[in-house]
Amino acid sequence: MTCECNQNKKWELLEPTLEAYAGVAGSLIAILQKAQELYGWLPIELIAHIARRTGIKPAKVMGVVTFYAQFRTKPVGKHLILLCQGTACHVNGSGGIEEAIRERLAVEEGEITPDGLFTYNNVACLGCCSLSPVMMIGEKTYGNLTKESVLRILKDIAEQEEAL
Amino acid sequence: MRVTVGKGSCGIAAGAADVYQALEAGLQNTGHELLTTGCIGMCYLEPIVNVDERVFVKVTKEAAGELLKYILGEENQAERYLIPREDLDNLNGQQRIALKNCGLINPEDIEEYIAREGYEAIKKCVGSLTPEQVIEEIKLSGLSGRGGAGFPTWFKWNAARASAGEKKYVICNADEGDPGAFMDRAVIEGDPHALIEGMLIAAYAIGSDEGIVYVRAEYPLAIVRLELALEQARACGCLGQHIFGGDFCFDIRIKAGAGAFVCGEETALIASLEGERGMPRLKPPFPAQKGCWQKPSNINNVETYANVPWILRNGGAAFAALGTENSKGTKVFALTGKIAKGGLAEVPMGQTVGEVVFGVGGGIKNGRALKAVQMGGPSGGCIPAELCDTPIDYRSLAATGAIMGSGGMVVMDDSTCMVDMARFFLDFTCKESCGKCIHCRIGNRRMLEILERICKGEGLDGDIELLSDLAFQIKEGSLCALGQTAPNPVLTTLRYFRNEYEDHIFRKKCTARQCKPLLTYSISGKCTGCTLCARKCPVGAISGTVKQPHAIDSDKCTKCGKCAEICRFGAVEVE
Repeated sequence: MTCECNQNKKWELLEPTLEAYAGVAGSLIAILQKAQELYGWLPIELIAHIARRTGIKPAKVMGVVTFYAQFRTKPVGKHLILLCQGTACHVNGSGGIEEAIRERLAVEEGEITPDGLFTYNNVACLGCCSLSPVMMIGEKTYGNLTKESVLRILKDIAEQEEAL
Repeated sequence: MRVTVGKGSCGIAAGAADVYQALEAGLQNTGHELLTTGCIGMCYLEPIVNVDERVFVKVTKEAAGELLKYILGEENQAERYLIPREDLDNLNGQQRIALKNCGLINPEDIEEYIAREGYEAIKKCVGSLTPEQVIEEIKLSGLSGRGGAGFPTWFKWNAARASAGEKKYVICNADEGDPGAFMDRAVIEGDPHALIEGMLIAAYAIGSDEGIVYVRAEYPLAIVRLELALEQARACGCLGQHIFGGDFCFDIRIKAGAGAFVCGEETALIASLEGERGMPRLKPPFPAQKGCWQKPSNINNVETYANVPWILRNGGAAFAALGTENSKGTKVFALTGKIAKGGLAEVPMGQTVGEVVFGVGGGIKNGRALKAVQMGGPSGGCIPAELCDTPIDYRSLAATGAIMGSGGMVVMDDSTCMVDMARFFLDFTCKESCGKCIHCRIGNRRMLEILERICKGEGLDGDIELLSDLAFQIKEGSLCALGQTAPNPVLTTLRYFRNEYEDHIFRKKCTARQCKPLLTYSISGKCTGCTLCARKCPVGAISGTVKQPHAIDSDKCTKCGKCAEICRFGAVEVE
């Protein structure tokens, strides 16, 4: 059996959150959101750690993790592309945009590119429908996408990364 | 001069942040005021900058330079960015209640809200009205839920008030999941205090001391602005303990959703608030009786709450004077898709679908023909062009098979395939079904498989009947609105566009040219033999000699469409 102090140490960034929510009913989703914000994704050990510390059964924690689209049980690339597949974006050609992204990155949805830079995910709606098709990379929203503009945006990011 | 830059999510996506920066740098120490405001709804004209009373649109970085010169009184060419007369009339022609302040005030400054009669309605309630009188006023207004079902608001409030118990919750559903609707985001980003005040009034009416706003995680800016607004409201004594020095205490906290469409259903939302999987449960008991943590809870959506302060200030009768016999007041619509002037518009109930699309919406993009308008998102249905005269009220829309929903209007033209649209919505509901009811979980999956087959050209005789049968059973066998309404897009497209289904199934044709497997590519006599397509074809399906017309080998062709995209002579024909 693994020592719990080790686990606490391993996930110590999450400690303040776990303490703040100790004994607060209904806070599991908030804890998971914070955990994902800190670590980028939710590895199984982290899920087990949260279950242990909150006293919620691991199966139940896992149930919540898999229910909500926001939670990831796989790591993602440095730049996460959220490609909107809402109704307006669909009507305005988001399917073609996805093709262009998939072709350029040469990975499937949810996978990381070999250089570790990108992952793309389809999402339901980003609420910028009048600029459709739309995608978000990090905090930035890009609208009125065309196959060309998407490729240019990805190229710019890749070049900036190279310059670093 | 007072300079405001529209910095809603859509404005920022269009480049408003860069424009703001440019103006900020240029206006330093000039004595001119530079402020942020929310979305005014004319998303097609973003970024938008107001200079005193003048409105400048499509302000690019270069335009910002001209604007600076204008503000500083130098010779300039800012005129060319002035809003066209027609668009200004469109804006002024709207009747704004929920969006009253959006795009006009700085959402990050409570003083601006207060200066426009803000927090007067709750002051009036606390000072001179009993909770019963407040509910009576809402009843008189005829306000009904703007999130989808259109349930009378006063009835919910009254039920929550009548429920026994000390602890009651006022919950705001800001989990705007309908892909294609964004009015709730606009209200929170542009006028967060209207929501707070609406919730305060509801809390006073039902006797609650705790409010929760359940916001989608996809709306980070909305969360930041609401957070700030709550802090400012507390600091001003409009929220928290002993509001305005009286006995009334109420505070609000934010709960970020984690991405699940079904959480827009009120019992699923409550489950999510409690940290569980967002699975709906049987009603009754209704949330007004046993809601969050088994306590009486009132749930309304953002737009509903945003209407409340206006009603209390102007009286229920004034609100009821707008709209139609069975649908009172105004409604905000999100116009998107193949529309010329996409954005938000608030109009009185009773305008026709066509009036909205061709009036505020400016008609169809690129002068194409209107085919249908999808209303109510994945739970709604399509209204075909020939029913454009349908007035927008709850009953008339329901008669067409669509619903009011949250007000998303996705406009489709002749290049939209209706079978593909039905497939799109089913794909969405399949992904979002929580899995509790077998009919919803498996039935929708089967319907999706049939639709996918049809779009691939593998549709069978009898598929249409099978779809109708499944649709009926899913509606009957599902517990919550998600399952009960999931077949609606299929049913309405079958009702109005049966010919398209038949084209796909029997003739293996997609007249809108959207379903790739049904298309055939060929090269016409216009071909000059430039060889570009042959070189770009990823599978080597195009052959021919230089300066001679080329040909496509349909057995090899993967229908990727690259040849049609790059041909400079329009020689590639798609059927």
